[in-house]
Amino acid sequence: MSAPGRPQALIPEPHGGEGTPVSVRPAPPGAPVLAAEALHVRLGRREVLCGIDTRLAPGWTAIVGPNGAGKSTLLRTLAGLWPPSAGCVRLGERDLRSVPAAERARQLAWLAQQGDVSGELTVRETVELGRMARLGLLGTPGPADRDAVDRAMALTECTAWQQRPVRQLSGGERQRVLLARVLATEAPALLLDEPTTHLDAPHQVALARLFRRLARDSAAPRMLLTVLHDLPVALQAERLLVLDQGRLQAAGPPTDPTVQQALGRVFGGALRIEPDRRGRLHVRLALDED
Amino acid sequence: MPADASAEPAAAPARRRRAALALALTLTLMLGLAAGLATGSSGFSLPALWADLQGPDAALLIGQIRAPRSLGAGLVGGLLGLTGAIAQGLFRNPLADPYLLGSAAGAGLGVVLVLAATALGGATLNLAGLAWAERLGLVGAAFVGAVAGVSLTLLLARGAVHTLRLLLAGVVIGVMLGALSDLVTMVSPEALRGRQAFMLGNTSYLGWPALALLGAGLAVLWWQARRLARALDALTLGEDSAASLGLDLSRVRLVLVVLLSLGTALAVSQAGLVAFVGLVAPHLVRRAAPGAHAWLLAASAAMGAALLLLADVASRALVAPQELPVGVVTGVLGGLYLVWLLRQRAST
Repeated sequence: MSAPGRPQALIPEPHGGEGTPVSVRPAPPGAPVLAAEALHVRLGRREVLCGIDTRLAPGWTAIVGPNGAGKSTLLRTLAGLWPPSAGCVRLGERDLRSVPAAERARQLAWLAQQGDVSGELTVRETVELGRMARLGLLGTPGPADRDAVDRAMALTECTAWQQRPVRQLSGGERQRVLLARVLATEAPALLLDEPTTHLDAPHQVALARLFRRLARDSAAPRMLLTVLHDLPVALQAERLLVLDQGRLQAAGPPTDPTVQQALGRVFGGALRIEPDRRGRLHVRLALDED
Repeated sequence: MPADASAEPAAAPARRRRAALALALTLTLMLGLAAGLATGSSGFSLPALWADLQGPDAALLIGQIRAPRSLGAGLVGGLLGLTGAIAQGLFRNPLADPYLLGSAAGAGLGVVLVLAATALGGATLNLAGLAWAERLGLVGAAFVGAVAGVSLTLLLARGAVHTLRLLLAGVVIGVMLGALSDLVTMVSPEALRGRQAFMLGNTSYLGWPALALLGAGLAVLWWQARRLARALDALTLGEDSAASLGLDLSRVRLVLVVLLSLGTALAVSQAGLVAFVGLVAPHLVRRAAPGAHAWLLAASAAMGAALLLLADVASRALVAPQELPVGVVTGVLGGLYLVWLLRQRAST
């Protein structure tokens, strides 16, 4: 039994404990799940994304960058929720715009930033909405759907309070429920906008482990793309996309010096990525520097 | 296995609350119908009902006046409760009203135009003296006006793509059509009294043909809304999250607006602008026994039916042998409920 508030039972660390150096490995080979090709996005008159090119294969990729860099817009566009003004998003070989909404929902799950919830649904009813991606409006949930919901709630530790109304939960608890809703879709690609918001440190660690495990699942490795403000968590990803002013500044594993330099640059020298003697990466804020 | 997986509390309390509310609503509807039959010109009286049933006019009094009126009040209330639940789910706002999208103002203008046109033709109308054909004309005008009001809102909002634009367009159309009604009544004062009766809401003209229409309308709209209940649930997560689950939001919104428009048009065309029932009924259900929209839609319809049925009895019994317009009763009770709600919120 885990101590209250400690998600230690939640996600077993597959490659050693917390002291293990971040292992960076190339994304598994195979066709890309999702790709942006010369992607431009306008919001009103402002060009928010300018010519993004990237291919996302199964594995965990984190989008990082300062406020207003276009991170959430990139995620929404890749999820098919915002139309590109030029260029395109490809799901497999197809232009995402030509993929029917129901099929897109089975392939891509999206978690909103600061997801607000209205209504009086319980935790379980909210997580069950994830199955809508497979059942549509009129399908009847079967045992497989109930299992998927149970698994998703177990992974984010919501099971114990599954009958509570979501609106009565704390911000962190609600975030875990909404994440469970995304996991319940069983989509091969998960696009998560700041999934660690409101989470306490133990749950942030647990979530990072969960992401690694989902990305490395030998049977069905998922494609995880997460927007993260929390750089220590983002450094656990296999690949970083560094975004600034709507442009991709660098892409690659966190150990890549080009990526680390881009991080320092886009954050205006406010932080530094430093490896320790064991090769683990640390984020140091330049608090005592002029 | 995660430590919390075994600690699964039962869903029983929520289910029990819903079952209790369903039972309470069923009993209230039955008692309300009985009270409706027992309320006549001498107010509410069971001995008088017994005497009426024995009398020579039983078929007329009970069968042609009180029964259709009470059942009709229930059906109109059901439509308002159902459309209120749809509006509040669609706009993600617990204080949304089914009249929001211009249906009320459109129906009002339709009625005023018919009354003014009839007055121009030389006849002076009041609602009590209306012949069947004229009454049908007014009902038709209110229905067409309500649908036209919502259509104008959709036109101004350029479809149902943006919820906020839809809401703003509804407000604009409501104000504009209301101003037009004012203008017509200034030009043709004869229309004023009829308009007033319409604005206050009235159940006294409901007969069996209207009941058949209301019943069929409520059944079809509820069945259609029920098919979209899961979409309304998904909308509680926000519009983008709902869209990410594969919902064609524009289409879903449009269908919901059409259901909303037809439901309110049917209700206001038969009983005028009955205030607050559409707003308060879903609210009461959520407070008493919250649940997903499949439950909320049905329970709000039943709650609306019970509220209007009781309000109709009260409107006949309070100042018997006179009658209050039922819209005045629902307006006062609904207003008091909202004041109580505000005070409760302020104290918590």
